[in-house]
Amino acid sequence: MYTVSASPHIHAKQNVNRIMYDVIIALLPAFGVSILFFGMSALYTTLIAILSCIVIEFLIHKFLFKKQDFSIKDGSAVITGMLLAFNVPSSIPWWIIIIGSFVAIGIAKMSFGGLGNNIFNPALVGRVFLLISFPVDMTLWPKTTLNQSVDGLTGPTPLALLKEGIVSGKNIMQIKGLPNYQDMFLGNIGGSLGEISALAIIIGGIYLLFRKVITWHIPVFVLLSMFVFSGIFYLLNPYMYINPLFHLLSGGAMLGAWFMATDMATSPMTIKGQIIFAVGIGIITMIIRMFGAYPEGISFAILLMNAVVPLLNKISPSRYGSSLSIKK
Amino acid sequence: MKLRKKYAMQTFTKGGIHPLEHKLSSKQPIEMLPIPEFVQISLSQHIGVAATPIVKVGDSVKVGTCIGESAGFISARVHSSVSGTVEKIESIIDTSGLYRNAIYIQVHGDEWESNIDRTSDIVSKIDYTPQYILDKISQAGIVGMGGATFPLHVKLSPPDTTKPEVLIINAVECEPFLTADHSLMLEKAEEICIGISLIKKVLGVDSALVGIENNKPDAIALMQDIAHKYNGIGIVPLQIKYPQGGEKQLIEALLHKEVPSGQLPIVVGAVVVNVATAFAVYEAVQKNKPLIDRVVTVTGIEIPKPSNFLVRIGTSIHTLFEAVGGIPQNTEKIISGGPMMGKALIHSHMPVSKGTSGVIAVPYNLAHRDEPFNCIRCARCVQVCPMGLQPYLLQLYSEQRMYEQLETNFVLDCIECGSCSYICPSSRPLLDYIRLGKNKVSQIIRKRKQK
Repeated sequence: MYTVSASPHIHAKQNVNRIMYDVIIALLPAFGVSILFFGMSALYTTLIAILSCIVIEFLIHKFLFKKQDFSIKDGSAVITGMLLAFNVPSSIPWWIIIIGSFVAIGIAKMSFGGLGNNIFNPALVGRVFLLISFPVDMTLWPKTTLNQSVDGLTGPTPLALLKEGIVSGKNIMQIKGLPNYQDMFLGNIGGSLGEISALAIIIGGIYLLFRKVITWHIPVFVLLSMFVFSGIFYLLNPYMYINPLFHLLSGGAMLGAWFMATDMATSPMTIKGQIIFAVGIGIITMIIRMFGAYPEGISFAILLMNAVVPLLNKISPSRYGSSLSIKK
Repeated sequence: MKLRKKYAMQTFTKGGIHPLEHKLSSKQPIEMLPIPEFVQISLSQHIGVAATPIVKVGDSVKVGTCIGESAGFISARVHSSVSGTVEKIESIIDTSGLYRNAIYIQVHGDEWESNIDRTSDIVSKIDYTPQYILDKISQAGIVGMGGATFPLHVKLSPPDTTKPEVLIINAVECEPFLTADHSLMLEKAEEICIGISLIKKVLGVDSALVGIENNKPDAIALMQDIAHKYNGIGIVPLQIKYPQGGEKQLIEALLHKEVPSGQLPIVVGAVVVNVATAFAVYEAVQKNKPLIDRVVTVTGIEIPKPSNFLVRIGTSIHTLFEAVGGIPQNTEKIISGGPMMGKALIHSHMPVSKGTSGVIAVPYNLAHRDEPFNCIRCARCVQVCPMGLQPYLLQLYSEQRMYEQLETNFVLDCIECGSCSYICPSSRPLLDYIRLGKNKVSQIIRKRKQK
């Protein structure tokens, strides 16, 4: 007697755990850069976030879901913890990060039913909750270790500098202290723990592409739409609006495009939907950055577009046999 | 060469996967399997009405004697594949998993019907009328040998309202492990081309396209060489992608046309025939030999010498495995057909039928399904679906018994290729539920039509 089941009888090797571990691996270069530039505080903050996310998920599974056989081995809590830590300043007090973890895992993820059922990106919900609740702690950006010579231990992010300058009526040329593109690319700038180095994040993103964990559509279209949207304004008035490259390399653009917007559970199912989703993120981000009160807006943009995903999932993929006689 | 250049690496456009090929037996020539001690010849080796037995217990039959007469419009004849005595007509579980009537024949010697040409001489004269060829095909009991087993004479008589324009020969063999068609092309290329010319004549079409996946370069080269001598046979190498052997996918890959939902290929002027079927047509028309044997791949990861055998229809699958050293200890599943769309067998003592292209012993680590996990909405199932459906959605609708939504989301377009279940990282039973939903929806539609 042999096992009988319906076809197919073979299966791909990639499972959920493997996907999650790949994402964790892809986050490691950015993690390394943040330890390099922010020192041990980056390490502690990230470890606290990961640990508290795992513990909170475990407690909810055990005492609220009352599940006998559950697995936190899938690694998704680790990713949430890492991404949350990557989105806060490295100097943040430890208890704030625990509150953030509770909101991210407890409210944004588990209250919807756990992995795959959440509507909003858990790490971003945690981050935005903290930003609104602890605006001071969340905007004290420690300077990088290579950049501490000048006055004080903290300093503004490039985007905050830009916003401040524009709000006070200066033009781009008059704003002092904007970093050069090389520092921005490598990560020698102020900012959230894991978002500073565009290079490290792109390396991680390429690893994800190579492992086929993500497709290129979302990151490319987020960055492209940001570039085009800000580029149009730059061409119209280069004194008021900065070079689009600056926008791509600053703030959470890279981290958001490669790791937050591509979160599987909260992005659309079809390629068409994903492109609309990504373009929406890019444009909303740029509107907030250029015309809003906050210097950075990609977290809000991703959360807003997360809310649109159920609607975008109404878009069907192009079905075989529906485009008869279009192709010749 | 011009054709090859023009069609270099064509494929279908939507979805598709790349499972490991595991074509372990691709270098093996076709071996004759010794005549078995008995055969069980099922009367339903085709889609449609089961054949009516025309022999009684105790009758003696020869190789090629008709033992089951076609019993309806969509039905096919069945012939004895051995000489011997009919011992019993019994109900057995065959490779479809259903109880079917089968004729049990005890083998004595190997005596063939006298009108069958058993020489290997190639007969290339084909000046027959289409009707004559069609009658021969019908008399020989030829069915689609790729697995679907649709009676060929019905497929080759399309309604008068349609006009066949091109014959497509399916030599893709996109399923992992299987190499039966591959080995057949390497050894019988000439015969296959004559068979194709015969089918072309029946349909009255000028051109035939043979689609072969690029993982069989030797077969492509040989077929191109031989096809030169025949008019209007084009050999088209195709990119390696599953499920390219699906009728609709193959039509798109070769003709860049899509078959509309719920319609047959003939509406775009195409008739698709398997390459092994073309060979059977050659044998039936030129050699007067009914469909009594076929090439079967016997393979598996742990099988010492995976092989391609020429097997008499009705031979026990167990005998096939014994010829390659027995079924390995850790075998979890025995599969008839390919691992993506084949059927898992409950035991190995089932007879080979006209549609059995291969039998595979799959060990635990390959066949094992992990526990299903939450859908993480990774969208892989949507990306790989060759029909452009949304498997995750269909599975949910089916699980929730929302049959109206299933129907409006085109569940009936599903070709059950299994790409979604294959790729799902959460091991969700996507295709299982979709199949269930398809059945329910077709029932509902049938009921609606009756009203």
